[in-house]
Amino acid sequence: MRETASKAVTLVTLRINGRAVTVPVGTSVAAALAMTDSFVSRADLSGRPRGPLCGMGVCFECRATIDGVPEVLMCLTPCREDQEVVTDA
Amino acid sequence: MREACDLVVVGAGPGGLAAACRAAEAGLDVLVLDAQPEPGGQVWRGEARKGTNRLARRWLSRFSASGARFRPGARVVAAPEPGVLLVEEGSSSFAVRYGRAVLATGARERFLPFPGWTLPGVLGVSGLQVLVKDGLPMRGKRVVLAGTGPLLLAAAATIHAHGGEVLYIAEQASAASHWSFALQLWRHPAKLLQGALMSATLISVPTSTDAWVIAAEGEDRVESVRLSVRGREEQLQCDYLGAAYGLVPNLEVARLLGCETSAGAVVVNERLETRVPKVHAVGELLGIGGVDQALVTGELAGLVAAEQPIPIEMERTWHRVRAFAARLALHDAPRAELRRLATPDTLLCRCEDVPMSALEGCQNLREARLYARLGMGACQGRTCGTAAQTLFGWSGEDVRPPCLPARIGSLRLPSEVSSTHTRES
Repeated sequence: MRETASKAVTLVTLRINGRAVTVPVGTSVAAALAMTDSFVSRADLSGRPRGPLCGMGVCFECRATIDGVPEVLMCLTPCREDQEVVTDA
Repeated sequence: MREACDLVVVGAGPGGLAAACRAAEAGLDVLVLDAQPEPGGQVWRGEARKGTNRLARRWLSRFSASGARFRPGARVVAAPEPGVLLVEEGSSSFAVRYGRAVLATGARERFLPFPGWTLPGVLGVSGLQVLVKDGLPMRGKRVVLAGTGPLLLAAAATIHAHGGEVLYIAEQASAASHWSFALQLWRHPAKLLQGALMSATLISVPTSTDAWVIAAEGEDRVESVRLSVRGREEQLQCDYLGAAYGLVPNLEVARLLGCETSAGAVVVNERLETRVPKVHAVGELLGIGGVDQALVTGELAGLVAAEQPIPIEMERTWHRVRAFAARLALHDAPRAELRRLATPDTLLCRCEDVPMSALEGCQNLREARLYARLGMGACQGRTCGTAAQTLFGWSGEDVRPPCLPARIGSLRLPSEVSSTHTRES
């Protein structure tokens, strides 16, 4: 059942910092971040930009507020239709 | 909310899946927890949707037919008493009461600090690979990879397949160590074939042994990297840098449960039991050994948990993969030069922005935590703790719950579970 679904590429549109991004189903939010202009997920204590590092839920560099829930890891979160992602960058 | 099961499996990579399949097929009620949204772990990431890897497809369909229950997006945050885990799932949490546990928490990359390693666009080697598998656009992107071992080639193959251009592969191991490792691979035909296929697709990528990244440079993201290649310096313009030095086991949950560790791996007996009764460890937790080790140890632990006989062939396979793991560890050991790349103002702890200079005078991890806040941030020292171990020889401290930033509600033991315990004890 899953295999037939994956053959036709389905798209979803989410918003990252207010900007609409359209990606194939199965894309992670961390990967979708690169489709905005910057690959910045947060600012460090001195205001310098940071981006995703480990991709596996270890480093916490890619934490963001997703659909109102704070500190969610973008690398472990699949993109969904109408998702609202806010980074603190 | 609470859950009960005969066997809880922590981690749904190859090791966890194999354990869950064997135990559930033998009739146990099995619950599998994983932080990711799908089963497969890091090595089979995305395979639940794509089904391109035959071995992954076979195990994933066996898993869905096995009767084992799967809870995605679930992270173990505490172990308040023997036989109980507290698990966070999104913004809610639940307790799991289990008869036996198989820990299959896999591995993460070993990051070592160098100037510019905090710039966006600098990722791990496998970190970059998983993001590419998850949809990071690669077409027209220039990538430099620096690290060690077979993971470099695996990452390069994925990037190449998604339209990215791998400009350079820097292997830190010395030529002698690298080629003696490669020559040993004939004992492991499957790995040799895998290696050959990957090399064939990447034949045009410049690769060097005795090579590593000195620094990443750029304003708001990485724009270029400086490499040390056999004693001379090279600069390359690029869009992404993947830089990490092999893998280290994720020991947090094992330590949380009180399992003994030695030389960075969980101590187990021939039945894969840790020193904690009814808790098993499999896969990378035993020392980095890859998919083959994960599958065979997972199957073994699943059979032991279900009190099934162990086929002799399975034990033989385990001994063979252990020999491979030992050779891999020798090859991937980071060379001394990598410990001297960071300057005084290079950050070691990325969460709390602790520079190398702040650690002056600290003798161990505990002092570094107390005086410099090393490892006190969101990742709880997962990244800098491993680096400090390699840089200064400081060993990991005991994990205190929560082992990840957890919501306060997740740490409250549901009353039904505690009362059951009180009756039992």
